[in-house]
Amino acid sequence: MSDPGPADLGPADLGPVDPVAVMGEPDASGRFGRFGGRFIPETLVAACGELDTAFRGAWADAGFRAELDGLLRDYVGRPSPVTECHRLSEAIGVRVLLKREDLNHTGSHKINNVLGQALLTRRMGKQRVVAETGAGQHGVASATAAALLGLDCVVYMGEVDMERQALNVFRMRLLGAEVRPASSGTRTLKDAINEAMRDWVATVESTHYLLGSVMGPHPYPWLVRELQRVIGDEARAQCRALLGGADPDVVVACVGGGSNAAGIFSGFADLPTVDLVGAEPAGGAAVGRGVPGVVHGSKSFLMQDEFGQVREAESISAGLDYPGVGPEHAHLADTGRVRYEAVTDEEVLDAFVALSRTEGIIPALEPAHALALVLRERAALAGRTVLLNMSGRGDKDVAQVSDILGPDAGASRRLHQ
Amino acid sequence: MTEPAIGRLETHLRARRDGGRKLLVPYVTGGITPLWTELLRAMVAAGADAIEVGIPFSDPVMDGPTIQEASLRALERGTTPATILADLRAVAADVDVPLVAMPYFNLVFRAGPERFAAEAVAAGISGVIIPDVPLEELGEWEPAATAAGLETVLLASPITLDDRLAELCQRSQGFVYGVNLMGVTGERAAVGEQAGALARRLKRVTDKPVIMGFGVSSADHARAVAAEADGVAVGSAIMRRVLDGAPVEATAMFVAELRAALDAG
Repeated sequence: MSDPGPADLGPADLGPVDPVAVMGEPDASGRFGRFGGRFIPETLVAACGELDTAFRGAWADAGFRAELDGLLRDYVGRPSPVTECHRLSEAIGVRVLLKREDLNHTGSHKINNVLGQALLTRRMGKQRVVAETGAGQHGVASATAAALLGLDCVVYMGEVDMERQALNVFRMRLLGAEVRPASSGTRTLKDAINEAMRDWVATVESTHYLLGSVMGPHPYPWLVRELQRVIGDEARAQCRALLGGADPDVVVACVGGGSNAAGIFSGFADLPTVDLVGAEPAGGAAVGRGVPGVVHGSKSFLMQDEFGQVREAESISAGLDYPGVGPEHAHLADTGRVRYEAVTDEEVLDAFVALSRTEGIIPALEPAHALALVLRERAALAGRTVLLNMSGRGDKDVAQVSDILGPDAGASRRLHQ
Repeated sequence: MTEPAIGRLETHLRARRDGGRKLLVPYVTGGITPLWTELLRAMVAAGADAIEVGIPFSDPVMDGPTIQEASLRALERGTTPATILADLRAVAADVDVPLVAMPYFNLVFRAGPERFAAEAVAAGISGVIIPDVPLEELGEWEPAATAAGLETVLLASPITLDDRLAELCQRSQGFVYGVNLMGVTGERAAVGEQAGALARRLKRVTDKPVIMGFGVSSADHARAVAAEADGVAVGSAIMRRVLDGAPVEATAMFVAELRAALDAG
């Protein structure tokens, strides 16, 4: 395999870019179609405007881009490779390629966004960041970037999640962050977001809210997607190198809030021959089971009751345990450009074991959702080439899965024909 | 842009203010107890000039611990926007001050803005405050409110810039709600310096009633904040008493103390 080096991954390799292609900029109100917007208290309006201006300036500033690219290369280890899964592909009759975000520093794609926002924080003259975290991946990434750039960092985490992910709580503290429990409501990710927003309302003049996914008020869904676009841009060039100039037939990614999916989809959305598929957890399928709603600053699909009270998501993966989804995903579902499917926890465990045993790669439970969908649809996908975003590594999940699978460690979970 | 006709809320508050009175707007979370409308009536009797009725939401990001807890408790009792409106219809005839509903936007959006507005009016509500609908998103709600004859109260923050403050005061109906501090609702040891500064800025650009809220925790706070404005809104200090199990009479007595402090100036 001849992976191109970083020098071959510039925009020149990406072909002509259609400015009005899907996954461009949202409109002036921050909307993607009928979704998005800026549903926030008056106190935060100025900060969102300031962030929008700062990001536009930074994104057009070669110096900023060079500093971020340098960090992504020398600190994160980008470009992340694309790995061909020979044994798995043979077993299921589908050619599977993995975009290896699991090999990034801190173990997931979250670091791409966090470093960009941390540099923006400094550019805006702010010294403190607040972040929310569910499983702890975004919290650890935020604490890491804050340590790197010397920023003060407070991470809000649901009390329930703090117990489930005690090791990540320690990691964040080791990195110098303060971890504060979100003890209201369901005490999970959505409540951590509520607490982070409450902090931000009080501290907005000195603090940046380092939001971890393609959600929240404009400009966050767009800004975070642009910071994750590097996944898709790299993968597009890498696939062409690997496939003799061709593109994959299908690109698949897991979707909670949807940042890793937005990142990889954005590299392929303008190619009509490439099918884009998002895998949602059955217990948190905002696109599949949600209806339009407004929470955490934007309009999107949302799991809620008939009166508009937000429902609790329930997934084996804390990182996808969110009742909403980024507004651009809602729009991509609306237009039909991306197909979203829900997979069950059992299917996810099968996929978790299958990849471990056929490729020696233990996936995080989140991207195991994407693989679960490929395994379920393998008859229809026979003979095709699928690029899967391996958004994180499974180390954080091993203890939890060990409790579920027991001593046979999944040996009885065979891929059935 | 033509100014809409002045509605009942603004007419009422202007008349009382112009009569030399400082305005008192207490808050109650709808459905917090089975007898919550008794509390509402008792607060009117204790000297409220309007009442804010919170419509509990699962994710109240502008509220501190007290109103979060009150919202959760109301929801656990099975409270819905419909039960609150039904309770209000039952007492509307006895309540001679305007009612202002405070939902978060998703409750309005889920019901449909037109339906929400129509049902609110039918329950005797005059105005609506939606803390997560800023000027930029007002188009999602204002047409439905205007069609139904509801007044939409806008919030101003200590860091709202002058140009925006003027626009906000022009668009706000009923009154202008000045947020006293940077932060969420909830009791504080002191309201802080920003309240007076914002109140003075608001009074310079509008003659609509200016009511200051957030952090007003005692009669002394109320008097001090109202000195620069037309009145105060008080929420968490009332709801903490309710959560602590205070009987309606005791809570109403606190409202009477606020009234007395405002009247004493």
